[in-house]
Amino acid sequence: MRNEYIPFISEITEVIKHTDIEYTFRMTYEGDVRPGQFFEVSLPKYGEAPISVSGIGDGTVDLTIRKVGHVTGEIFENYVGDKLFLRGPYGNGFDVDDYKGKEILVVAGGTGLSPVRGVVDYFATHQSEAKSLTLIAGFKSPNDILFFEDIARWKQHAQVILTVDCAEGDTDCHIGLVTQFIPDIKIENMDEAVAVVVGPPIMMRFSVMGLLDLGLKEENIWISQERKMCCGIGKCGHCKIGESYVCIDGPVYRYPEGKLLID
Amino acid sequence: MGYTLSKEQFETLVNRLSEQYQVFAPVKFVGGNTFTDVDVIRYDQVKNPEEIVLDQKSDYSFKEVLLPLSETLFYYTEEQTKEADIPRGEAVVFLRSCEMHAVKVLDDIYLNNKFEDYYYKRLRDKIKFIVIACPESFDSCFCVDMGTNKPEGQDMIIEQQGDQFLVVNENPQWEAYFEGYAKVDQAPSYAKENKVKVHIPENLNPNIAKSSIWEEYDTRCIACGRCNFVCPTCTCFTMQDILYSDNGKAGERRRVQASCMVDGFTDVAGGGSYRKKFGERMRFKMMHKVYDFRKRFGYNMCVGCGRCDDVCPEYISFSANINKLEEGMKEVGEEHA
Repeated sequence: MRNEYIPFISEITEVIKHTDIEYTFRMTYEGDVRPGQFFEVSLPKYGEAPISVSGIGDGTVDLTIRKVGHVTGEIFENYVGDKLFLRGPYGNGFDVDDYKGKEILVVAGGTGLSPVRGVVDYFATHQSEAKSLTLIAGFKSPNDILFFEDIARWKQHAQVILTVDCAEGDTDCHIGLVTQFIPDIKIENMDEAVAVVVGPPIMMRFSVMGLLDLGLKEENIWISQERKMCCGIGKCGHCKIGESYVCIDGPVYRYPEGKLLID
Repeated sequence: MGYTLSKEQFETLVNRLSEQYQVFAPVKFVGGNTFTDVDVIRYDQVKNPEEIVLDQKSDYSFKEVLLPLSETLFYYTEEQTKEADIPRGEAVVFLRSCEMHAVKVLDDIYLNNKFEDYYYKRLRDKIKFIVIACPESFDSCFCVDMGTNKPEGQDMIIEQQGDQFLVVNENPQWEAYFEGYAKVDQAPSYAKENKVKVHIPENLNPNIAKSSIWEEYDTRCIACGRCNFVCPTCTCFTMQDILYSDNGKAGERRRVQASCMVDGFTDVAGGGSYRKKFGERMRFKMMHKVYDFRKRFGYNMCVGCGRCDDVCPEYISFSANINKLEEGMKEVGEEHA
């Protein structure tokens, strides 16, 4: 029987610096993985942290890490050629098949862009597979913008609304919360259009409210939850909400199910 | 069909079991409680059958035999890991009917919740259970209403009857221990009534979160987590890495018991946390015990042992809280959205 707790070694092949505190680490990994899934990333002595997959390459996965905790702080001291311990991937992740042939709206707040980056990238690359693709991405300030180069590339094939809470100087982005741009989105077929919302809890709540007001159906909205996932395999109890374990039943939920989860 | 054993014969039985198994049972630690000059009854490996406490409820449950307070998962150096050896061999644990039902809860979480847990399974595969029958309920128990007063799935049941022991063996491999003993046609007793009665309303649903019944716990509860640590079905843990002080590059990863009532349980990177109010934590724990687990696995998690009521330093009663749920549902209504 498999011992899920023993991690494997993964090499850092590249580090992409987005901001002072947010880097993407490209890690060696062979195996199945979907956007929205996560790995338990650890450095011995600093412990483990769940980090979502922000990109999938040939023999690599991208882990976008924000330097905010004990583990992530130490990971920032490690660079190309160094190694990290990983285990996973865990969680359900997004299934791009759910969105094929439809008008797709993605609303992301801050680091919330990481788990959906794979979804946006897929449809920006395979334009014929979606009717339309709109991304509304919000960040605190221009200095906090993640995946700047990706966003520039996506703009060629998708409608991208980049917004910041506050800005100084010329940043080519709007000022304001993501929610204020939702009412202006043009949707042709409200019954079929799909939306994915990922970000801080309050941002998700008001974005979903906005989408429902716009006319989207509850079952066509997906959200992804962030919780403390110590084990990733439905044992440690930290991520349990109601009858659901975010690590094995989520972190991606359809809204009709997700809305019933009360912390 | 059982056997009647004298006290001496019972002790011989335990000694013979000890030759093949490590025997774990409730043992009294004189002066071992948190408070001065107070004893504690908790699980330990039994060296002498006389140590086994049969006439009182243990303060802590048997769960530590399957889920140690702190369990080393693996040892690490910079780039290598080595799985920790199994901490014990074949074991026998003495426990009560409610706890036998708790074993099922532990199994469902650790073996049947999508993934099998490697460390749990290797201990679980090497354990046998002996139920200490409860002819009478203890003061705070509510096993009858939770449906856990009749034991299921054990290897043996023992019942102390004055100077004698009624022993019902349910493990065919153990029949040899009883050769030469007189058979008796008697079934072991079980508690048929508790002083404490609980009622879980049929219309209970997550809407109860909006009720005001949780507010009193915001101030009464001190979030010490003792209710979780004594509970036979509380199984949460947190990962912990330790580093050897003589070699700063090697150490071990452990899992240590955690509590949903204690600060930090839900902290996520960046400062977010959920359920800041102690009443919310009380509601979260309560709903897991009498609702959420049932929705997932089909039966209630709480086994009614009453240890949480016994241990609370603020005299908060979980069973009394269960009995407030009906009033709470009346207050908030059933419609859940």
